[in-house]
Amino acid sequence: MFREFAKGLSITLKHLLPGNSTTVDYPKVKLEMSPRFRGLHRLVPTQTREKCVACYLCPTVCPAKCITVESAENEQGEKYPRVYKIDLLRCIFCGYCVEACPVEAIEMSDEYELANYKREDFNFEKERLLR
Amino acid sequence: MPEWLIIGLLIVAKLGLIFMVLLTLAAYLVLAERKILGRMQLRPGPNRVGPFGLMQPLADVIKLLTKEDFIPARADKWLFILAPGLAAVTALLTFAVVPFGPPLTLFGHQVPLVVCDLNIGVLFFLGLSSLAVYGMTLGGWASNSKYSLMGAIRGLSQLISYELSMGLALVPVVMLARSFSLTDIVMAQADVPFALVNPLAFLIFLISAVAESKRIPFDLPEAENELVGGFHTEYSGMRFGLFFVGEYINLIILGSMLTVFFLGGWMGPFLPGVVWFSIKVLFVCFFFIWVRGTMPRLRYDQLMHFGWKILLPLSLLNVLLTGALLLWRQG
Repeated sequence: MFREFAKGLSITLKHLLPGNSTTVDYPKVKLEMSPRFRGLHRLVPTQTREKCVACYLCPTVCPAKCITVESAENEQGEKYPRVYKIDLLRCIFCGYCVEACPVEAIEMSDEYELANYKREDFNFEKERLLR
Repeated sequence: MPEWLIIGLLIVAKLGLIFMVLLTLAAYLVLAERKILGRMQLRPGPNRVGPFGLMQPLADVIKLLTKEDFIPARADKWLFILAPGLAAVTALLTFAVVPFGPPLTLFGHQVPLVVCDLNIGVLFFLGLSSLAVYGMTLGGWASNSKYSLMGAIRGLSQLISYELSMGLALVPVVMLARSFSLTDIVMAQADVPFALVNPLAFLIFLISAVAESKRIPFDLPEAENELVGGFHTEYSGMRFGLFFVGEYINLIILGSMLTVFFLGGWMGPFLPGVVWFSIKVLFVCFFFIWVRGTMPRLRYDQLMHFGWKILLPLSLLNVLLTGALLLWRQG
């Protein structure tokens, strides 16, 4: 009995020694995200406009129905999204929109600190997504 | 200044100092426990409030004081209010007999570094430690909750199964020191601490002390996995705080008792007595925390079995053996 006690005590004492903690001191130290990490969405811009051609594939594939797209035509006769909105409170970060996009106009960044104070602040309009 | 004023002032200063040191130490013991337990579980423990989390006790007190004070419906109101106070006061009172240093000479007066050197100090300590259980039991009963009641009942049955062997483990100490006064007991250990003279009594007292402190291998009255919070399930705010403070003061008391009875009190080379005493007490407290970080909780019947069938016969045997040895040495 006493041998087991001594063994247990020695293990905890070993853990007590400095340099054993595995905790990351979060707000000061941040872990590097994996390249496949699915964080906040980003609409990819080109020189003059957004890459998106408003094909409606992403709102169709979205299982959470959080993407709103309204298409329009510009002066050159190209289709572009007049409205592109993601409701982050509904989004489940599955990445299907990225997979579905035929022109690779949407991707996911490694940004994960998405807390906010107001519900409206979770509505990401096109301007906030184009970065 | 007249003589009586100096004596009075000295007494008041001593009392105030003890009170402050004891309460501050209890608060920081909580922090130390959380830190050490954290390190043992490979995490840093509280480190947000102040440098290294050193202001955490203050934050805790503010939180406890501003929490909602809640008394359950159909609880026995007066007992419910009385119980936490009882737990804290009995713990504080016990320190009255603990000698924490050799007598000092201040302003031409001898100041004994003990609040009151009772000639029945051992009995005072045992009596108050049994009384402390009333705080727990009454709190558990008055809450009108089944979890609290279960915790209180467990606490009571735990008390009767370790208190006997605890008292009996002290009998050899009294026999060796030939006195019930804690100061005399420390004096008797000037050469060799009783832990070496009578290691069996030391071991039995150590185990009983862990049981008395209601900490992890014996924390049946609280048993948060089974009983929510045990006897203090229904307590909130500063009432819970009093239970909590009482528990940690009790921890310091038990550390001091172990030091006084077995580790030679303030005796030690080179350093002044008070420092030696603090070192020993803090080491015992660390040991308690260490054990808490290591062991699982005993089952109810295991505790009973251990208390009645192993500790009690052993301590009885120890009393007989010590007596026989002392008689034989006398010739």
